Amino acid sequence: MINYIIRRLLWAVVLFIAVTVVTYIIFFIIPADPARAVAGKNPTPEMILRARHYLGIDKPVYIQYLRFLKRLVINQDLGRSFANRESVNSAVAKAAPVTASLVFGGAIAWMLVALPIGILSALRPRSLLDRASMTFVLVGVSAHPIWIGLIFSYFFGYKWHITPISGYCDAINPSVGAECGGPVQWAYHMILPWMTFAVLFAALYVRMIRANVLEALNEDYVRTARAKGAPEGRVVRVHVLRNALLPVVTMLGMDIGLALGGAVFTETIYNLPGLGRTAITALNALDLPTVQGIVVFSTLAIIIFNLVVDLLYAWIDPRIRLA
Amino acid sequence: MSLLEVRDLKTHFRTDDGIVKAVDGVNFSVEKGQTLGIVGESGCGKSVTCLTIMGLNPKINTISSGEVLFNGDDILHTSAGKLRELRGDKIAMIFQDPMTSLNPVYTIGAQLQEAVLLHRDVTKKQARARGLELLKAVGIPRPERRIDDYPHQFSGGMRQRVMIAMALVNDPDLLIADEPTTALDVTTQAQILDLMMRLQQDFGSAIMMITHDLGVVAEVADEVIVMYAAKVVEQGSAQTIFKHPQHPYTWGLLGSLPRLNADVERLVQIKGQPPSLLNPPRGCRFHPRCPYVMNICKEQEPQLLPVADHADHLQACHLDDETKAREAQKLLAGMMAEAG
Repeated sequence: MINYIIRRLLWAVVLFIAVTVVTYIIFFIIPADPARAVAGKNPTPEMILRARHYLGIDKPVYIQYLRFLKRLVINQDLGRSFANRESVNSAVAKAAPVTASLVFGGAIAWMLVALPIGILSALRPRSLLDRASMTFVLVGVSAHPIWIGLIFSYFFGYKWHITPISGYCDAINPSVGAECGGPVQWAYHMILPWMTFAVLFAALYVRMIRANVLEALNEDYVRTARAKGAPEGRVVRVHVLRNALLPVVTMLGMDIGLALGGAVFTETIYNLPGLGRTAITALNALDLPTVQGIVVFSTLAIIIFNLVVDLLYAWIDPRIRLA
Repeated sequence: MSLLEVRDLKTHFRTDDGIVKAVDGVNFSVEKGQTLGIVGESGCGKSVTCLTIMGLNPKINTISSGEVLFNGDDILHTSAGKLRELRGDKIAMIFQDPMTSLNPVYTIGAQLQEAVLLHRDVTKKQARARGLELLKAVGIPRPERRIDDYPHQFSGGMRQRVMIAMALVNDPDLLIADEPTTALDVTTQAQILDLMMRLQQDFGSAIMMITHDLGVVAEVADEVIVMYAAKVVEQGSAQTIFKHPQHPYTWGLLGSLPRLNADVERLVQIKGQPPSLLNPPRGCRFHPRCPYVMNICKEQEPQLLPVADHADHLQACHLDDETKAREAQKLLAGMMAEAG
């Protein structure tokens, strides 16, 4: 078990270095110079040179990368933004809770939808509910989150005034001068983003859960349970669901880890200052340290969630032994 | 009164291609403490017969008719709840594939305990103790340690022992065994059969042994039914079926038994495939594969009738008695010669 975790962590280091190196390389392939943006309007070549030195991008790429790595490992410091010299650590720390609110709330929403619908439509295949849910799956998988987001905010926010149109409120410690704050306002502002974010995943999960339950229903051990005289409700609850939902745990962990890197579309539509929108803004400003900071954060999120899923899986599935 | 009496049982499945008559008018009975062997090829309806008795066919597309009397009560048309109470208590079943028949995420102890608690008003501790007792009875080594293991920690033969333990845990009157040894290797097969016979003595359960292996039937059965294409073609005591087989299909099955010291290159086989039950052949269903086929076989379906002088021996074939006696003698003599 300890060995397994050590091996996984070593892999995580390799993965981490690979991802950050690729980010650096991509950034230096882009034919644009962040120094130009920093040096002000109509800069002289000399000013640009000074700006390059100031940002630290006059050194070769590998030196820059090693300096980034050194700073990160020794001081846990992601550096300062090219665009406004703000600490990237605090920028990520500000944006991460927004994205986390969206992702975890969204995950709860899509599971609340997908579990009952997926299970019921598997238990009643070809029923009206099943057909309706398959239609929902088709629409949910095909419809783009931007479109869904626009439709939702138009009807729920603009037309019917049920929810805010966009914006974000801190649940705890709202910054001074913020328009709103507190858990209630936070949840109120997050309703539409959660719904929007959840549609695609709800559709995918309905389909997956339905397929898993259908498959488990045909397993020999389910027939054994019936032959033992177990009532149908117990057969489904104890024997079918336990097996059918095991893979869902994996999927859920991986999807949450992935989404924590930033739900770009949903954050953009609802003007949420999360990681996705911060990354987009930083990319437009050629702000490498901020982009790199978000990449570091999302890589860590994916690595951690995958590890958690594996450990959890070994615990809930007796057939899996970590070695 | 017989323990189980099946009268004119028909099980039909609605499919997209039409109605599959998987069991088409089957009659038999099982006496207390006796063993009935049901023999036939894959797809002849023997498993469906069992599942119908247990009420385990998918409800959505199954049409069953006839009567299944268990201790005199019709269990084919009873409520789902009543049948559920019988299942696992008075009637238990073990299945063909022990590798997949146990739930992989629960310990065998938990699964045994569940079987007890579903039917007995006892504490978990008592249920577990009963499970342990049964694991001992089926010969699991060191059962008090193995009871908390998961199915994947057992071999196929051991898992089938666990299945048998689970089936017998409530001391059933009838044990339905659907090809219990088919998925096991030969030495394990013999052990499992021995075990079942020994437990039958101890528990006094009647057994319905479904198999395609006449060797198994010869070893365990008191009564034998030979099924072909959803119908019974021959029925009688094991003695008569093996000494005086009347139906060409039974001859075929006997002829295709592998024999160690036989001086033949290949096993004798019954030519052709079992017919589709969507569209069974007219007349005798065996006629397209029968080496003795006559014109009447193609037109008229033979009835299951008693053999002259043997009221308990039923067969459904148009051949005249002399030919049958002659051919059966030839076949048996051949087998004896090979064996000798």
